[in-house]
Amino acid sequence: MNVGILYSRIRRDEKLLLNELRERDHEITKIDVRKHQFNVHNPPEIFEGVDVVLDRCLSTSRSLYVTRFCEAYGIPVVNGPDTAETCADKVKNSLALASADVPTPDTDVAFTTEAALESIEAFGYPCVLKPVMGSWGRLMAKIESRSAAEAILEHKETLGHYEHKVFYIQEFVAKPDRDIRVVAVDGEPIAAMARSSDHWLTNAAKGATTEVFEPDAEALDLVERASDAVGGGLLGIDLMETEEGYTVHEVNHTVEFKALNEVVDVDVPARVVDWLEAQVPAETGVTA
Amino acid sequence: MADDSTITAEDPLTGDEIEVPADVEVGEIIDSPVSGAELEVVSTDPVELEEAPELEEDWGE
Ligand SMILES: Nc1ncnc2c1ncn2[C@@H]1O[C@H](COP(=O)(O)OP(=O)(O)OP(=O)(O)O)[C@@H](O)[C@H]1O
Repeated sequence: MNVGILYSRIRRDEKLLLNELRERDHEITKIDVRKHQFNVHNPPEIFEGVDVVLDRCLSTSRSLYVTRFCEAYGIPVVNGPDTAETCADKVKNSLALASADVPTPDTDVAFTTEAALESIEAFGYPCVLKPVMGSWGRLMAKIESRSAAEAILEHKETLGHYEHKVFYIQEFVAKPDRDIRVVAVDGEPIAAMARSSDHWLTNAAKGATTEVFEPDAEALDLVERASDAVGGGLLGIDLMETEEGYTVHEVNHTVEFKALNEVVDVDVPARVVDWLEAQVPAETGVTA
Repeated sequence: MADDSTITAEDPLTGDEIEVPADVEVGEIIDSPVSGAELEVVSTDPVELEEAPELEEDWGE
C-alpha cells in the first residue's frame, strides 16, 4: 500500500514508523504540510495514489485542518478529523469522556477571571489550571493558594492569546507519583507504561522515568471506552490511579511512542503498521 | 535496517563539520553536537542542515 505521512518534523517516532513501513515494502509518500497548498476543490498532487494518510503533524492546528482536507478529498486518514478535533482540545476531550461515563477528573470551564476564581475556590487547593490546547505538560499550573490563583489568572488574561481566556480548571488528583500511558488501536492496547516523577507533571517530555505497565481488567475496559468516546483510531490514553480506581485525564490523537517502545518488549511501530495494514483493504478495497 | 555509520555535514550555525547518522532523512531533526541547536535535515544527497523552527505553542501529541 501507499502510505502518506503528514508531517513537519520527522521525530524518532516517525522514523520508527517509516523504517517499519519500508521493511514491509510499502510505498511511502512523505507530505511536509509546510510545503503544500490545500485547495477546497482539488487535492494537492502529492496525494495521488495514496491509499491511507497517517497524520503525524506536530502542530495541532495543521493536524486539524489537513485531516479535514483529507476527509473532503475522500482519502482515508488516521486519525480522522473528528477524533483529532475531540482530542486536540482539552475541553472537548473532557466532555467526550464525561459524556461516555468514563471516569475523568472533575473539570470546570469559565470565561472570565472572576468566574474562574470562583471555580478554583470551590475546588479548593491545590487544583489545576490547564491551557485548552497544548501538550507535554507546558503551561500547566498547580494552584496552591488564592493569591497564586489571582496572579496566574491575571497573567493569562493580560498576556495570553484568546485561548488562554478559556479557563480550564480541574480537581487535583492525588495520584501516586506516576501516571499511565496506554497506546491503543481502536481500543485494543498495543503496550502501556507508567511514567514516574517527583514532580506532579509526569510527562515523558518532562523527563519522567518510565517502566512497563500491565493494564488490569479495569484499565482495559476504560481504554476501550475512552477510545470509543473520541471516535477510535491510533491513540494514547492517559490514566491516573486513584483510591477509587482509574481516572482518564486525556486521550492524545498524534501519540508519541518512542519512550514506550524503549521500555516494553512489544515492537510498537510493528503493531501500529499491522493495524494500518488491516485498515486499508477494509476502507478502500485496495490490497496491501 | 538500523545503521550506526555516520557521515559529515556542516552545522549551519557554527560552520563546523558535524557527524550525522548515515540514514538521516529529509524532515528529521538532529541535535548539533557543537552548538546544541536543533537542526533540520533539508536534503540528504549531500546532507544539508538548517536551523530547525522554534517550538510553537500548539505543538504536541
Ligand atoms: N488533575 C490532575 N491532578 C494531578 N496531576 C495531573 C492532573 N492532570 C494532569 N496531571 C499530571 O500532569 C501531567 C500532564 O497532564 P496532561 O496529560 O493533561 O498534559 P498535556 O500537556 O496534555 O500532556 P500530553 O499531551 O503530552 O500527554 C500528567 O502526566 C499527569 O501526571
